[in-house]
Amino acid sequence: MTARIFAYIVHKAGVVDDTAAELFAAARKIDPAANPAAVVVGAGAELDAVCKAVAATFPEVWKVASDALAYPNAELVRQALVKVLPQGSIVLVPHNHFGIDLAPGLSIKLNAAYVSDVIGIDGVDATSLKVVRQEFGGQVSTHARCNIAQGAVVNVRPGAFKPLETATLAGTIVDKTGEVGSLTSKRRYLTTIVPEAGDVDITKEAVLVSIGRGIGEKDNIPIAEDLAEALGAAVSCSRPVVDAKWLPKSRQVGSSGQTVKPKVYMACGISGSFQHLAGLKGSPFIVAINKNPKAPIFQVADVGIVTDMLEFMPELAEKVREAKKVTV
Amino acid sequence: MEILVCARRVPDTSENEIALNDAGNDIERDDLVYSINEPDNYAVEEALQIVARTGGNVTVATVGTDEDDEILRREMAMGANKAALLTDDAFAGSDGKGIATILKGLVQKNKFDLVLTGVQAEDGGAQVGGMLAAMLDYPFASLVNSIEVADGSKLKVSREIEGGNREFSEIDLPCVLSVQTGINEPRYVGMRGIRQVASIEIPAYGAADLGIDRKTVGESAANLKRDDYFVPALGKGAEILTGSNEEVADQLIELLKAKGGLQ
Repeated sequence: MTARIFAYIVHKAGVVDDTAAELFAAARKIDPAANPAAVVVGAGAELDAVCKAVAATFPEVWKVASDALAYPNAELVRQALVKVLPQGSIVLVPHNHFGIDLAPGLSIKLNAAYVSDVIGIDGVDATSLKVVRQEFGGQVSTHARCNIAQGAVVNVRPGAFKPLETATLAGTIVDKTGEVGSLTSKRRYLTTIVPEAGDVDITKEAVLVSIGRGIGEKDNIPIAEDLAEALGAAVSCSRPVVDAKWLPKSRQVGSSGQTVKPKVYMACGISGSFQHLAGLKGSPFIVAINKNPKAPIFQVADVGIVTDMLEFMPELAEKVREAKKVTV
Repeated sequence: MEILVCARRVPDTSENEIALNDAGNDIERDDLVYSINEPDNYAVEEALQIVARTGGNVTVATVGTDEDDEILRREMAMGANKAALLTDDAFAGSDGKGIATILKGLVQKNKFDLVLTGVQAEDGGAQVGGMLAAMLDYPFASLVNSIEVADGSKLKVSREIEGGNREFSEIDLPCVLSVQTGINEPRYVGMRGIRQVASIEIPAYGAADLGIDRKTVGESAANLKRDDYFVPALGKGAEILTGSNEEVADQLIELLKAKGGLQ
């Protein structure tokens, strides 16, 4: 394969994101002989530290320094990449809040193909990159071919590719700053606001009764609260419950909510999107309760119960209270 | 403000168990419940709220076939003043770039200050909005969870980023925004509302009307092609507890005791 592979490196406060090593692994899935180059944009001493850290994994690191890139505004990053990247390149970008902002437009400006949220790569066949994606909330997957004759921008799902165990390198850092010139954008970053802390800190709970769309309506929330009370647990939730304003944002588990590490996680009426699962750390014992036997949550749960959660939860709460009485 | 909302009709994954067809080349579509893509509905609500403050019109457009007419009517029942069905044999099988190319044709034939899309479709990849913006050289922001009209020339928007943090930016008009769910509370649409718009004629536009080169859209122009659909291997998968709710609850309690969920 002749196309050069690049990996866009996400970093924050001088720390390289986990996706950097994952993109390296993804590049090797495209071509086992690939020597992908990392592209790192930013400003100041922080950028130099990040480049040095990335050069431990990547044999070549392209550095782009600009005060305009001190905050990663995707509109400015896109302009810089278009100036730096060679035509026909394959560009790997993490499929997170930044990659979603950057990559589709980047593919248009590079006149390259775009493939979103890739979870598997099966190499290249002539000018086709063979990928695996999920559709319909992860209920089904698809093998797809992306035409890379004119290059491609490939968004890679965080966590989908295991970092390789490679020797620590001292890669070459190539300064591409001179090719970028001045950058201006019609979108200007102002500030970042951290959400207010909630009444309950779900990140500290040992047991979570977590509810999703299956709770049905706001009036059913006390059913989950009652089970949580019986268990000595807290109620957390997935995104649709917060979208509907049934619980505050501080109770949301997932990549756009809290990262939790309970001992036991009871996912009730939660389908199990990857964004939700990204918020579960520390390998909890997962109990999935869902009326849809095809819900992806059953793939990651330890124990599954296919039933109507609204009938099951009160039954369980009662049994838990009985069991506690016996123990006392 | 003149606002275009790009919407899509999709199988509703909260209402359906998605299964494969016998050939394995598509999902079984016969008994699916279709609805408007959920984030698109939030985008329409947001557009209606902006127009309520600033005046103007909300146009809802979709790329599809006659069957997709129903979501346009639904959004008109919500309050959108205008709708456009972008339909042509040449559009069939378009990938994200093809859809963006078609929408670009509509934008260039009209004057819109703001173009909204939902953040992502069930079978898509959160891509059309960003591509459309790049094709038009409009600024773009994704995952938008608040929009404030600063003045006639710009907006103040926030994006949902990691950990529930909100990234605020100022963005010049015209622009394209992809709207995240939860940005507002979409109003309810009753059967009565749907009936009121049932007889409105919705204009349809084809490739020629939109000035689109047929070679740049549709299946033949698509860079991404699906070979098949499959159900992912289950990994180890969950141990499924069976029995009555009562029996299952008893089994679960024993497991919870062992795992520290019940002290």
